[in-house]
Amino acid sequence: MHEATPVNPWVALAYLIAGVCFILALRGLSSPESSRRGNRFGMIGMGLAVGTTLITHEIASLPEIGGAIAIGGVIGFVIARKIAMTAMPQLVAAFHSLVGMAAVLVAAAAYQNPEAFHIVDAAGQIFAVSRVEMGLGIAIGAITFSGSVIAFLKLNGNMSGKPIMLPARHFINLGTLAAILGLIGYFVTDQSPWVFWTVTALSFLIGFLLIIPIGGADMPVVVSMLNSYSGWAAAAMGFTLSNTAMIITGALVGSSGAILSYIMCRAMNRSFISVIAGGFGAEAAITGGGAATDRPWKRGSAEDAAFLMKQAESVIIIPGYGMAVAQAQHALREMGDLLKEEGVKVKYAIHPVAGRMPGHMNVLLAEASVPYDEVFELEDINSEFAQADVAFVIGANDVTNPAAKTDKTSPIYGMPVLDVEKAKTVLFVKRSMGGVGYAGVDNEVFYMDNTMMLLADAKKMVEDIVKSL
Amino acid sequence: MDFISILSIFVLACFVGYYVVWSVTPALHTPLMAVTNAISSVIIVGALIASAAAGSPSAKWLGLVGVALASVNIFGGFAVTARMLAMYKKKEKK
Repeated sequence: MHEATPVNPWVALAYLIAGVCFILALRGLSSPESSRRGNRFGMIGMGLAVGTTLITHEIASLPEIGGAIAIGGVIGFVIARKIAMTAMPQLVAAFHSLVGMAAVLVAAAAYQNPEAFHIVDAAGQIFAVSRVEMGLGIAIGAITFSGSVIAFLKLNGNMSGKPIMLPARHFINLGTLAAILGLIGYFVTDQSPWVFWTVTALSFLIGFLLIIPIGGADMPVVVSMLNSYSGWAAAAMGFTLSNTAMIITGALVGSSGAILSYIMCRAMNRSFISVIAGGFGAEAAITGGGAATDRPWKRGSAEDAAFLMKQAESVIIIPGYGMAVAQAQHALREMGDLLKEEGVKVKYAIHPVAGRMPGHMNVLLAEASVPYDEVFELEDINSEFAQADVAFVIGANDVTNPAAKTDKTSPIYGMPVLDVEKAKTVLFVKRSMGGVGYAGVDNEVFYMDNTMMLLADAKKMVEDIVKSL
Repeated sequence: MDFISILSIFVLACFVGYYVVWSVTPALHTPLMAVTNAISSVIIVGALIASAAAGSPSAKWLGLVGVALASVNIFGGFAVTARMLAMYKKKEKK
């Protein structure tokens, strides 16, 4: 076979099967038992897609391609092996940026050599519909890239998690977006390079501008949103190539990211628009701080905590981002094991936005070999706090704040929270009394009669409790 | 394939995605992101076509870089997903 034709039914069939494999890969994630099989389906689908492409195209440069795959593959594999589970949000952000950049490169290559992609007419002009697809592909790809790079820098701590607010940023952002869409429209009538490259440059810029004003606490939404964009970028290129595997995958990934963004927004009771507009946590710190610091609160020691939990019948542990930062998950599991030996019922309660990405806490607990049937989501466990003897909060704050239920003026009012204050005793592990959560609001739980503050590094505190048990 | 049939596949796949993703358990949302990351690198198909084609050296090199980047993602994404999924264990029966 020489010049491959996109209408070859066997090729189309192979790509379709690859697409179905990807659907099965996501379907497998409905339960941990089926998830590993799902992941294998994903790999098979990818192998099929790559294999089909290589077989059906006249390959002029097989060694170079093999080299590129080998270099990329080894880098990816080594990173995947070495990365710490606590660094997962950064890794995902970095991977998103690569998908974005790959989309940009493919779109640029298609623009320079449209014959290879069968998107030119006899006169050498690129089809009008392909120009729109290409323009959208490069724009979404570039936004995904620069946005993910900023998200990576913020998550990795190379850049402050604080929102950076430019003056008139809404005006600048909307203007840039309008310019991008306008130029893509103009690209249909004029396929000259300046149009193409201006769209590319503006898209890189807007990705950067969109993410800098978004604060650390909103990162779960941002990461999910960029996940969605990387899917739409793949779908747009799938249109250009008339490739069903790419279109199906793009649609799957695009909806997946969109649904995750929605779940995260709902868990914070914030609208998607307000997250995108950014700035959350910047002004709140001024209003929430002051008055409360001189209120009485009780301090406890590791021995007190160990004693209380040993006497308890049931303990619910609420992990948050602070646990991830302190790498306390292994010590925490050890504590849970010792308590279980004492006959205490131990459960873990996870708020959807605990951590820096969807499901972050679940992965960390799984890493520490906490059985997943001891880990519960907010709506499944919230009614149990009233019967629990001890609620052990470690590195979480805003997600336990009862102000979200009672105080209409609070910036987090309306956000679903874990009802820790209903437990007989609340043990609250926190580095110091000074710091407030990301929302910048004081937590009423600190000052309750049944709360004992355990002020120390989360990992150290848990290790001390383990020693006392 | 004409534009409308491609569009039909796309729209239907969005619906499939919607229902499949809602059935994913929240505990596996991080692996979900990692695996969607890996599969969205199917964009490597485009990069392969660009780097395989004769005619434009610049397009070929853009394609090759794209192949390398997408490969990082494919291998890295699937490997890290597998590593995470291997950690999810049930309580041992005593």
